[in-house]
Amino acid sequence: MPNLEPFSGFGLGLRQPHYQEFLQRHVPVDFVEVISENFMVDGGRPPQILDAVRERHPVALHGVSMSIGSADGLRPDYLKRLRVLADRVNPLWVSDHLCWTGVHGFNSHDLLPLPYTEEALETVCNNIKHAQEVLERPILLENPSSYLTFSDDLMTEWEFIAQTCRLTGCFLLLDVNNVYVSGANHGFDPYEYIAHIPAERVMQMHLAGHSRGRELLIDTHDEPVPDAVWALYEFALRRFGHVATMIERDDKIPALSELITELDSARARACAASSERQCAS
Amino acid sequence: MTLGDLQRALVEHLLTGDRRISERVRPQAGLEVYHHAYRAQLLGCLRDTYERVWAWLGDEAFDRAGACHVELVAPKSWTLNEYGEEFAATLASLYPDDPEVPELAWLDWALRRAFDGPDSTPVDITALDDLDWEAAEFRFAPTLRVGAVVTNSAAIWSALAEDRTPPAVTQLPEPTELLVWRPDLSPRFRTLAPMEAHALKSALAGATFGDICRLHAARSAEDNAVAAAGAMLGLWLRDGFVVGFSAD
Repeated sequence: MPNLEPFSGFGLGLRQPHYQEFLQRHVPVDFVEVISENFMVDGGRPPQILDAVRERHPVALHGVSMSIGSADGLRPDYLKRLRVLADRVNPLWVSDHLCWTGVHGFNSHDLLPLPYTEEALETVCNNIKHAQEVLERPILLENPSSYLTFSDDLMTEWEFIAQTCRLTGCFLLLDVNNVYVSGANHGFDPYEYIAHIPAERVMQMHLAGHSRGRELLIDTHDEPVPDAVWALYEFALRRFGHVATMIERDDKIPALSELITELDSARARACAASSERQCAS
Repeated sequence: MTLGDLQRALVEHLLTGDRRISERVRPQAGLEVYHHAYRAQLLGCLRDTYERVWAWLGDEAFDRAGACHVELVAPKSWTLNEYGEEFAATLASLYPDDPEVPELAWLDWALRRAFDGPDSTPVDITALDDLDWEAAEFRFAPTLRVGAVVTNSAAIWSALAEDRTPPAVTQLPEPTELLVWRPDLSPRFRTLAPMEAHALKSALAGATFGDICRLHAARSAEDNAVAAAGAMLGLWLRDGFVVGFSAD
């Protein structure tokens, strides 16, 4: 299986309100990330838009429906479609979430949590190996935000992720906001989480905002990156170095210029962290 | 409890609110988050797909109908694009005296499916000179759909799409067919005249152009029939939904 080419830069998620700007002018990003499923269609305008954007920017494919943790395995029709898309786009990488979305023919279209057990680890690893075989490339696994933990849990999420990387050769898309949200919801230290992630596997980071629900933080992706997540990002930068970073906004999507400004803030922090690392070495 | 059992139990909670999973998870508030998110996601999908129905019914009535549909129909496909296909049937049962509501839903759905449906290229008219019109069967754009309406729902849909005040609902003098297709990148629809609808449905079932001429002849004088069938064929070719002939 081919390895992933090293890539670092600052990108944005390509969202429908910004399509025209991405097609008509130079947008100062190093890459764009697209939701794979939005372009796993038969034809029409979406593939044309993606082809045009691909001519201007490297593209990362980010999925929400692989259902990596499903006890009944991955859907062959899904993988086949994703392979077709990957062949068309030649993406930087293909990512999806450490979660399951459905089982036995049902699909919730939500990122449902997994118990961190030996059985779940075996299931996740088998499914990742299957996906990597079909796609003929290693995938990136993203840590989800979660609102539940299970009494069956035998290990922490970061232990589960480290084991998954070791057993499958997959890489990581570390969502810093998700670490923060899950940490607040389940009472773990987000800094301890990041300190235990296998640094050499992290290829990309997500930054986003969240909302406060009645009892839990909710990963709504509808707010600017808050200070607490920026602080965690700075810690992650010191640990992982300058890996590709993306601002993720899925709701209440602001003007592109606002997201570019937010991305510049990530650049500045990465630059500062890079200087620190150089000073320290 | 195996992983499969646990996943089935959580699905059961999402679908029915069954709380057997609750003793194995914490915090309990998390169950409510997923229970709510499942419904919110699907309702959002219905709002996105059925934009004109939403505009016609208004927020409250649409969300009530959407919530009803979500309880009736669980998603099966990996793609949200396929969720909501049966929403027109749900609306028909909720609005038995308002046929324009499921008709608007049919139009919303057909146009959405056409939007990212398979590409096709209209047939090259200059390459038809040697075609055996008696034997050649039509091949149509894969996005083409025909649906029956009894109200002016097409006019209502157009007004809503253009942010105009929609006309009042009226019954059409006779049931009519709407045609949806995508010749290039933009889906289109138009109303079919009765004879054209009959001919198109026959062609979809395998009728040749010769067969269609005879359909016209059965309704008018022979000279007029050939001219009428020829005019109709010209319209279909210009509309771009004929993509070939089986004898190509």
